[in-house]
Amino acid sequence: MCGIVGLFLKDRKLEPKLGSLLAGMLEVMTDRGPDSAGFAVYGSGDADHVKVTLRGRELEGIAETLGHGVKGTLRDNHLVLSFPKDREDQIRTWLAAERSEIKVIGVGQRIELYKEVGLPAEVSKRFGLPDMSGTHGIGHTRMATESAVTTAGAHPFSTGADQCLVHNGSLSNYRSLRRMLEPKGISFETDNDTEVAAGYLSWKLRDGATLAEALQSSLVDLDGFFTFVVGTESGFAVVRDPIACKPAVMAETDQYVAFGTEYRALVGLPGIGSARVFEPEPARVYAWERH
Amino acid sequence: MDLDNIPQTLPRQSATFDPYTLAEIRRAAATGIYDIRGAGTKRALPHFDDLLFLGASISRYPLEGYREKCATDVILGTRFAKKPIHLKTPVTIAGMSFGALSAQAKEALGRGATIVGTSTTTGDGGMTSEERGHSKTLIYQYLPSRYGMNPDDLRKADAIEVVIGQGAKPGGGGMLLGQKISDRIAQMRNLPKGIDQRSACRHPDWTGPDDLEIKIEELREITDWEKPIYVKVGATRPYYDIALAVKAGADVVVLDGMQGGTAATQEVFIEHVGIPILSAIRPAVQALQDLGFHRKVQLVVSGGIRNGADVAKALALGADAVAIGTAALVALGDNDPVHEAEYRALGTTAGAYDDWQEGRDPAGITTQDPVLAARLDPVAAGRRLANYLSVLTLEAQTIARACGKSHLHNLEPEDLVALTIEAAAMARVPLAGTDWIPGRGSF
Amino acid sequence: MPVIDLAEVSRRDLNSQLHALVPSTNETHWRVENPNGQHALAAGVDAPITIEIAGHVGYYCAGMNKQATILIEGNAGVGVAENMISGMVHVKGDASQAAGATAHGGLLIIDGDASARCGISMKGVKIIVKGSIGPMSAFMAQSGMLVVLGDAGDALGDSIYEANLFVRGNVKSLGTDCVEKTMRDEHKAELRKLLDTAGLNGEVSVDEFKRYGSARTLYNFHVDNASAY
Repeated sequence: MCGIVGLFLKDRKLEPKLGSLLAGMLEVMTDRGPDSAGFAVYGSGDADHVKVTLRGRELEGIAETLGHGVKGTLRDNHLVLSFPKDREDQIRTWLAAERSEIKVIGVGQRIELYKEVGLPAEVSKRFGLPDMSGTHGIGHTRMATESAVTTAGAHPFSTGADQCLVHNGSLSNYRSLRRMLEPKGISFETDNDTEVAAGYLSWKLRDGATLAEALQSSLVDLDGFFTFVVGTESGFAVVRDPIACKPAVMAETDQYVAFGTEYRALVGLPGIGSARVFEPEPARVYAWERH
Repeated sequence: MDLDNIPQTLPRQSATFDPYTLAEIRRAAATGIYDIRGAGTKRALPHFDDLLFLGASISRYPLEGYREKCATDVILGTRFAKKPIHLKTPVTIAGMSFGALSAQAKEALGRGATIVGTSTTTGDGGMTSEERGHSKTLIYQYLPSRYGMNPDDLRKADAIEVVIGQGAKPGGGGMLLGQKISDRIAQMRNLPKGIDQRSACRHPDWTGPDDLEIKIEELREITDWEKPIYVKVGATRPYYDIALAVKAGADVVVLDGMQGGTAATQEVFIEHVGIPILSAIRPAVQALQDLGFHRKVQLVVSGGIRNGADVAKALALGADAVAIGTAALVALGDNDPVHEAEYRALGTTAGAYDDWQEGRDPAGITTQDPVLAARLDPVAAGRRLANYLSVLTLEAQTIARACGKSHLHNLEPEDLVALTIEAAAMARVPLAGTDWIPGRGSF
Repeated sequence: MPVIDLAEVSRRDLNSQLHALVPSTNETHWRVENPNGQHALAAGVDAPITIEIAGHVGYYCAGMNKQATILIEGNAGVGVAENMISGMVHVKGDASQAAGATAHGGLLIIDGDASARCGISMKGVKIIVKGSIGPMSAFMAQSGMLVVLGDAGDALGDSIYEANLFVRGNVKSLGTDCVEKTMRDEHKAELRKLLDTAGLNGEVSVDEFKRYGSARTLYNFHVDNASAY
């Protein structure tokens, strides 16, 4: 149970402001989700490099230790490492062997992912969201339902490269889905229903579905109440379950597409007064791609 | 071998296909409709009877009766409300609708509760003037159906109870069949007379604890933050549900186990959905403790509370108060053998009568028929309820004194042991004579 | 005219001032500025006054309204005018889910669109939506009128009781037990009267509307209807 915000920029001139706009939206959703918060931002990157977001303690010096070609950006207890693609296996192996207590929470070309227990405003400040730039981003404030309030339980969940998902609602068949996905090579770290939804999408994408197709299948295979906002390297998508009890509001202008659980989250966006404001229909996938 | 005297095998009824099951299959085959009835689960379940108190001896000393007080008062709704509820006894009357019950029965409940200084609760049909007039402390239920809901009654209430579910049918909505939709009820509920009421199982304008929080704020705004807001759930996942109710802003949480009664619902719902109250209390209290809210958000438990021992055990496990429903109706006169001839005519017998949805109650309690309802004298019935509530309170005090407690609230889980492994595991108290709590430690 | 700026004053202050009014009050015209999507604004009012809210409101604006005329100069969140007893609420923009939910009386006018569950469980309110309404509208609608100049989404009037629904545009699909019904003279008269009250006299003809209501097959449980449940 929570608040979700999402922002997908059409106008490149707004990219330096992505973080500050998203931070404003996130903070408004504090009442809905005081337990923990998280966000993913799609920032700089290219096809020859991989970015990995790590969360843990004593992260200083890791980039230097890994040496040539590895850049590290440390933000509190999260570290974003960027390195040439061909070093990925070696670096992942090193981390697993030497620093197994560090969690890898996001991997991809452009994604950076941060999440932590605490109020949204604090989480946003700790990791410097207001200064970040990017093409799109998703944020989440959490009130835990059936799993514990831990950092691991916070959203977004990322179970594939450049993928992330946030969820408002409560899935009712996620344990069965998890049992179906695990033999297919999707692994889970938490007991959380949202992680299962993320894993489901990763499975579908891995098997060749487009983002829209994967979300379309989720309407059949997932049961319960859900509003999902999903990010991929180039895409941004929203879907609500067929009963659509959990609220969802979107706003679209020539400059952006925005999502908020409540309209209040959108009031600070530029041009919101003349935006097309609408509520997504139940059981319909809305997807945008960057070109 | 003497062929005329071979011993016969004894006719043996199946435990699986027992007489009840066989009759039900035949009934289903004849009608094509599920069985609907009132009351709560009739199965034998782990319950308070499986727990015993450790009375005083050499290591603990008891209190004398009378002079050495054992206090029973409780305050509900201290978290946010300007006017919390002060009760003289922790035994309250659970929500039961006018519609399920006759107006006379609602009046009797109000009278009896007022005599002993406790509260009654409206149900899925709104507030009647009889109940508000006769009940000094009235909790007003806010249900998915919103029948009769209005701001005037909200402001007349002493507390508001947001109902998410009840123990008899967690996940189900209200049910009242056409036989009981009289003119008055049709008018209060805004329904055509004589139809079968279909009820929503979810609230129309919010779903989930994040939106419940906003709804609770609205109710506080409308009532100027004066009244405690209770949140009632049927027992299913009590640890999470109580935590979420606290996070959503509840002042009091009401937890109703599967033994809780109903006016009418499907038999399969009553018997197979929801968990016994014994298994729900400790997880609920754990949730409050983990959030640092035990005793700050009060917990009322219900579902099969019958005597002062049940009251004391519920409090010992961590509840602040209890609610009675079925027991209150029995005190008024429900299922009394004095009506046996009429029960037989209805195809049942005293103690087993549960077709309350038919509205033909000989005791005049679960009916809207004016002739039957007139049989219940609200003043006399109110007196009976008051007597019963007094006995519950005195019994609980007797037990508490024997455990050395000067206030019922000082009862604690360590005052209890269990007779069975199931009860020990569910109530998280050791098996009598051992240190063993199944799931939590060694022998 | 009292002007309350919610950038300076709390919602609690606003509501408590409104609740303190007596029916004979002279302060009959209020203006509220900078609502900024806050919830439960002007909820629980019980006085014959007019309140203008200058902007967008959050959930449950005008909840349980009695007697007041409340104008929202923007969009309304979930449950606008929920459980209204009497009076009028006018949303100049769009309304979110559950607009007019379980309302017993009064008039709710929405100039823009209403989203899902418009008029859910309505108990006597009259609702006019000049735009379109979303899916699952008029679910379990017990009584009252819902008038839509635009289109209606899926499952209109699912499990409806005795409310009357009038839709001018397209109905995507009808809910269980909801059927098109004949527009008789008394319905046309009632509809005309309501449209005029909302200031639409001369603009819209009653002949453009179709009436929808209960087929009443679910009024007493019958096994052959089991698949409807």
